[in-house]
Order: sequence, then structure tokens, then C-alpha cells
Amino acid sequence: MIKIWSMKKNEDAAAKKKPKTSAAQIRVQKDLTELDLPSTMRTHFPDPADLLNFTLTITPDEGMYKGGAFLFSFAINTNYPHDPPKVKCTQTIYHPNVDLEGNVCLNILREDWKPVLNLNSVMVGLQYLFLEPNPDDPLNKEAALEMTKNRDQFIANVKQTMKGGYLKGTTYDNVISR
Amino acid sequence: MAAAASQDWPARYFHIDQILDKPGPRTDPAFAAGDGVKDFLRTKAKILVIGAGGLGCEILANLALTGFKDIHVIDMDTIDISNLNRQFLFRQKDVGKPKATVAAEFIMKRVPGVVVTPYFGKIQDKDEDYYMQFNLVICGLDSVEARRWINATLVNMVDPENPESLKPLIDGGTEGFRGQARVILPTFTSCYECSLDMLNKQTQFPICTIANTPRLPEHCIEWASVLEWPRVFGDKKLDNDDPNDIDWLYKTALKRAREFRIEGVTWSLTQGVVKNIIPAIASTNAIIAAACCNEAFKIATSSAAFLNNYFMLIGTDGVYSYTFEHEKRQECPVCGGEALDLTISPDTTLEQLIETLTERQDIQIKKPSLSTPIQQLYLQAPPQLEAATRANLEKKVSELVSAGGEVTVTATTLPFSLSLRISYTT
Ligand SMILES: [Zn+2]
Repeated sequence: MIKIWSMKKNEDAAAKKKPKTSAAQIRVQKDLTELDLPSTMRTHFPDPADLLNFTLTITPDEGMYKGGAFLFSFAINTNYPHDPPKVKCTQTIYHPNVDLEGNVCLNILREDWKPVLNLNSVMVGLQYLFLEPNPDDPLNKEAALEMTKNRDQFIANVKQTMKGGYLKGTTYDNVISR
Repeated sequence: MAAAASQDWPARYFHIDQILDKPGPRTDPAFAAGDGVKDFLRTKAKILVIGAGGLGCEILANLALTGFKDIHVIDMDTIDISNLNRQFLFRQKDVGKPKATVAAEFIMKRVPGVVVTPYFGKIQDKDEDYYMQFNLVICGLDSVEARRWINATLVNMVDPENPESLKPLIDGGTEGFRGQARVILPTFTSCYECSLDMLNKQTQFPICTIANTPRLPEHCIEWASVLEWPRVFGDKKLDNDDPNDIDWLYKTALKRAREFRIEGVTWSLTQGVVKNIIPAIASTNAIIAAACCNEAFKIATSSAAFLNNYFMLIGTDGVYSYTFEHEKRQECPVCGGEALDLTISPDTTLEQLIETLTERQDIQIKKPSLSTPIQQLYLQAPPQLEAATRANLEKKVSELVSAGGEVTVTATTLPFSLSLRISYTT
């Protein structure tokens, strides 16, 4: 058997007892305690001892979604950051990149996720969707079509649905910020 | 293991003994040519094989034939009919039985004198005492999660006071025509976690493509599993192993494919996409398993220099291989970062401990957040978590952390984390 111990080595780098805390857990602690969020975003933990499940509220202070409070659920699994966090919008909202089930079309949540990204990047990405909705990557096709075809009508629809109520067969949630 | 040795027929090890009977130009100075090394390999060395699937079958056969006599194998799966084309230790009659058990029996029957001890279950069922009994661990797994677990476990086991606690980990992996073999010397070389961002990611399609502009049969299957399943079934989790669930996805995907005039949605493609199955290639498994076992043999015998430390094979266009030294990442959450022993008075409060961390010349951490493996001690942010943990500041550390207990510290000023081992003055 090779004698690894006697191999010439960097003494500092070798053999240090490390904690049993999982890599995912440490990484989430690091991500959360180092969040650098603007005042328009706020996290909430239903169980403060559980760092893996929480919600994010985005209250845009500019753009056509200004005045709303948009709620997202975050679920992080033990394979984080290999796996991205699972993010869903918990309200029914009228947005080209969010469907009526709450699925979100944001590249870094899926095809472009990398372990070097963190929760901060995801949150900033989500907020950007409300400042610059992108009709070229639609999840709600009707909303996207309206946005490209008739921007004024689209903005009117956004304003109307944010107050809750009915538009073309769908009931939207009231998301007006209190 | 006298019984095993008696099973050796004449000239059984003729070829292997060419390597073990005399040193070569590159053998380690510690190499004990002849009976010393043979005795270690054939009666003392104890090796653990994790995974008895495509790679595992090859690894077990290779180890048994090179002279390892005491082999243990762990696998949590049972044999499926689709395994039989490449997992050559299994036969039709074995379908449904545990892979570990059947593989162990097959090897013992075929290679006399070898004892293979199977365990049908998860690697997470076993504790450090179990892993401590082996000289070497070889992994032939297809799960990133299981690899991260065994890697972290072996890194954690390294005790600076005990050379025996360091277990070399040889990790093999294949994906279609690609594969890699690597040697990890926990805490000495880069570990599995260090290279996590190098992994080939499974192909994922943008969710908007799936929702609106499907062009491939895979798009239709992903639509069924990612969007339709939760819409129809709510929180009910999709079970990849339940044929009824796959059937529902297949039918749903097929309907969508017809709507968009897309051909190629089949039951097996549906299962493949959902379970992220990359077709397993028997020859890739054979090459990678051979590379892994070659390293196991060299490490166990010191008969030749071992791999330093990463070998990759790309067989997609011709055959290309590349060997390089993957470097340890300082910010690796498993093997990187700093560790520190800290002795404090049992009366020290958490707040005083935090002050020490910020003030001590050799530490100087700004705004540290602290936790133990079981609870958060104090988190600087977000505000809600700070408030929830604030009450701990006044508590004595000794009420929160037992003697010898570990505390993980994170802070923006640290590359990743610092681990503290707390002991108390008496
Ligand atoms: Zn590492």
C-alpha cells in the first residue's frame, strides 16, 4: 500500500478535520447571509430553522409592474448547487415569462444554471423579468403576443390584472402592494 | 484467509507476478518486491466497490482476477432486464434480485478463493466505522449525489493523527462514449466536490421552447413531465420508476407530438428523457473500469506510479484521452477552506465568540455567520433570520455546542468557509 502520509506535501493543505455540515447546507448559509438585495426584494422563511424553503417578494419600483408585490417560492434540494433552486410564482399573474401555473422562464433556473451562480443571481434575474418582460421567450403566449402587437393594450392588461379579476377566461390574483 | 489461498492453482498469478517480483525503474522506493507485497494484496488488502452496475460488474471481475481477495460491494438497486446486455454478472433468472448479492455470488463461483461481501442498500446506511475498515474505495456510480456523499465522508474521516484514516478514492464514471477515472487522496489532492463545476450538464431545453415551440420528441416529453404533470396532479411527485407514471407521460407527450407533427416519441425515449438515461456503452465501461482497477492495483502494491490525478476519455469521434492534474480548489466546501481548533471558557457567550473571531489577528472575519450541523447559531442576514437567531448571542457557547463539536463559519471575507472545533477550558 502506498504511504501517502510520507508523501512530500504542503503541510497546511493536508489533513484538516472538516465539519459534518453538508456542502449544500454551507453553501445555502453562505448564499443567504451574503444576499445583497435592493429594498424591492424581501425573503421570508416560514420556518426560520429551514434554510432550504422560503419565499421571495418582489415589489418593483419602476416599470409597468410597479405597485405590485409578486411572490415566489424557493425550494433548494440537497444536491445544490449542482441542481438549481426550484422557483415558482405562487400567484396567478399576467406576464409573458410566467405561465398561469407559476412556471418561470428564466434561463439561469434551467438550461444556463451553473454552480458558480448563487441565490442572489437568481433573485436579481427574477426582478429583471418585471422591469424588462421578454416577449421573445414566452410562457404566457397571449400576454407575449399582446406585448409585441399592442403595447398600450398590454400595459392596460397588466394594470387591470394586477388588481385581480378576470381577463379572457382567466381570473388573476390581486397583487397590489399594501 | 488460508482457505482462500488454498484455491490458488499453479501459475495462477504468473503474469501479475512479473510485476510484483522485482522493482522497475519507476517503482516506489517503499515497494517490497516478492512475498511482502503479494501477501498484502492477497491476504490483507480490503477493498470496497461502490456500485454493482455497468462499471461495478467490470470492476469486480478485474479486481478478483488481479488478486484482490477481500472485496466488499454496495449497491441499492435490483436487476432490471435492460441491464443484461452489459452487466455481465447477471442472467435472466436474476431479474428482480439485488445487484450486489448476485454479483458477489457470481464472482465467488467464477474466481475461486475470492470472498465478496455484498451489501444491498444505500451507502448512507453505513457510518465511518464501516468505511474505516477498507484500504481503498472504488466508485462506479451514476449519481452525482451519491458521489458527493462518499467524497465528503472520506474527506471528513481523515484524522491528522492517524495515517490509516486516509482512504484513497478511485472514482470512475461514464456517459455514453465519454468517461473519466480519477484518483482522490482525501485532503491531499483535489476532491470530487472541487470539480463539481466541470461536470457535463445534462441537456436542458429552455422552458419557453418546451411550452411554445417544440421541435423535437424530447421537447414533447419534457412538456409532459415539467409542465403538464404538476398542472394535472398538483403536488403529487412523479415517480420515475413507476411504469404507470411513465405511461401517462408517454401518452401525454404523444398527443402533443401529433399536434405539432413531431415524430419519434416512444415509451423508451420517454423513460430515457425523464430518468436522464444516457445510453450506456459497454466498451466505455470496460475501459474506465480497467483504468480504475489498474490504479487500485498500483496503489495497493506501490509497484508503479499511480495516476495524478484525472484521466478523461472521449470516444465520441475516434478515441481521445487526456490526463492532467486537477487542482484543489481553495474555496471547495468539502476539502478547502480553513480549519481551526479553538479553546474557550465554558462561560463564553456566543456574542463573545463572534467578537473573538472578528478581533483575533490570525482570523479577522467580518460579520461571521455560524452554524452547527444541526442548527443555525447566528446568521447576520437576512433580517428575519438574524432576528430568529439573535437570542442565541447571549447564550453560552457550551449550551449550544458540545465539547469537540464543530461550527461552520461563513463570511464574505472568507473564500468559502472556516470550520471551528470548539473545546472548553476546565
Ligand atoms: Zn475539494
